[in-house]
Amino acid sequence: MPEGTMIERNDTGYPIYLDYQSTTPTDPRVVEAMLPYFTEHFGNPHSRNHRYGWEAEDAVEKARAQIASIIGADAKEIIFTSGATESNNLAIKGAAYFHRDKKRHVVTVVTEHKCVLDSCRHLEEEGFRVTYLPVGQNGLVDLDQLRAAIEDDTVLVSVMGVNNEIGVIQPLAEIGRICRERGAYFHTDCAQAVGKIPLDVNAMQIDLLSISGHKIYGPKGIGALYVRRRPRIRLQPLITGGGQERGLRSGTLPTPLCVGLGEACAIAEREMAAEAERLEGLRRRFYDKITQQLPEVYLNGDAAQRIPGNLNLSFAYVEGEGLMMGIKGLSVSSGSACTSASLEPSYVLRALGVEVEMAHTSLRIGLGRYTTEAEVDSAVEQIVANVTKLREMSPLWEMAQEGIDLRSIEWAAH
Amino acid sequence: MAYSDKVVDHYENPRNVGTLDKSANDVGTGLVGAPACGDVMKLQIKVGAGGLIEDAKFKTFGCGSAIASSSLATEWIKGKTLEEAASIRNTEIAQHLSLPPVKIHCSVLAEDAIKAAVADYRAKQPKASEAAE
Repeated sequence: MPEGTMIERNDTGYPIYLDYQSTTPTDPRVVEAMLPYFTEHFGNPHSRNHRYGWEAEDAVEKARAQIASIIGADAKEIIFTSGATESNNLAIKGAAYFHRDKKRHVVTVVTEHKCVLDSCRHLEEEGFRVTYLPVGQNGLVDLDQLRAAIEDDTVLVSVMGVNNEIGVIQPLAEIGRICRERGAYFHTDCAQAVGKIPLDVNAMQIDLLSISGHKIYGPKGIGALYVRRRPRIRLQPLITGGGQERGLRSGTLPTPLCVGLGEACAIAEREMAAEAERLEGLRRRFYDKITQQLPEVYLNGDAAQRIPGNLNLSFAYVEGEGLMMGIKGLSVSSGSACTSASLEPSYVLRALGVEVEMAHTSLRIGLGRYTTEAEVDSAVEQIVANVTKLREMSPLWEMAQEGIDLRSIEWAAH
Repeated sequence: MAYSDKVVDHYENPRNVGTLDKSANDVGTGLVGAPACGDVMKLQIKVGAGGLIEDAKFKTFGCGSAIASSSLATEWIKGKTLEEAASIRNTEIAQHLSLPPVKIHCSVLAEDAIKAAVADYRAKQPKASEAAE
């Protein structure tokens, strides 16, 4: 536990926060680093003629170097954006537009974040071809399928580092090697990976890498895109104007947010190893206690190739949203997505081959920097009590206990 | 998403959770919905000699609104005739629980469950009426 950063919430009636893949609180050390750049050092970092501008520029460049350091890049290769969604849009559309005369094909994976998938859909509407690779039951992409999917006119392969729902880690170094061999750019959405797993853009032969501020205890509204300089990666900007950020992203840089992202990266780089070990211990405690007390709980996604802060569990015969209503003292996410207009369960879980009914019973539990052992124990207690109660109320649980095969019943779809 | 107070009340204190003997002649069972859709309701009625529903039980797999809809349904149908029970409309359930549009299907399911239970009970009865003639 980093000193002086414990955020006491439980005595204020707030639920225990177990949704760290959704967002993270800004680390108080990050906030502290940002504050002077709202007030006394408020200058425009692009003002080259006076001290206010120089101070802001120095701060932005220091942040750029901190961001570059955590992924083994050069500071000149970091472009500030508004977040990973913009970074992903810029990487995918920017590369495709720039090379559109010669290259018309993109490869990605069905379990990518919506902003990647939607950028690809957008390209399809503009006449590009997109291959959406499936994943195995463990959520990982098959390298032979990936190699086979790359064509002569493939401009870019986009595969996320860590999945936001199931936390599985894709084999980035192997994918990087294949892309380099085949002459396609390798873009990876690392919003969930930075600060969680070691990343090195050179060792992994990554050409474009998306970073989010608020997933790594930095502020919301800032992100970055790593754009390789050697060999040079060419992108067409999506936002034009004053030509800032090597012309790839015009607009005045938000100095305090840049500083915050830089500080968040610096802290993550220093503390990643210890934090990973601590979270691994908490996750093991969580999982062991749950599975010791409840039968028929299933882990979604690979057990080993996974960031330590993520658990995605299906509690058979208990609907996820109904469960979330019971565990009022916890803030988690459900794969049931019963509240969404479509009423479709998680497309990520479906892509793993998880049956729809099991996808409806899933919870995503995200542990993070401020999660304590006491919180884990309390969360387990609440989940066990509510799953037990809801199973008593579940006709499916009753039928399963009677030995009825639920698949033998002809359910009426509605 | 915020649930209405009535949904929360039924979720936290569900009425009439349980199971009646589905093989009994005076019990009708309705099982509606599908696990793949995220909602399954089992609603059972026990019909007394006077043709009134003297007991009702449910079990539901689903969200809070689905649990509340079925819980409310069992409450409403107790003491009613089969005709009265089968005439309960989903809109009444939705209105009573202040269900948002995205949860209307939960009330539809509850209406279907009542109708299915009534139909199951009636299907069991012809023998008895034939015997009486």
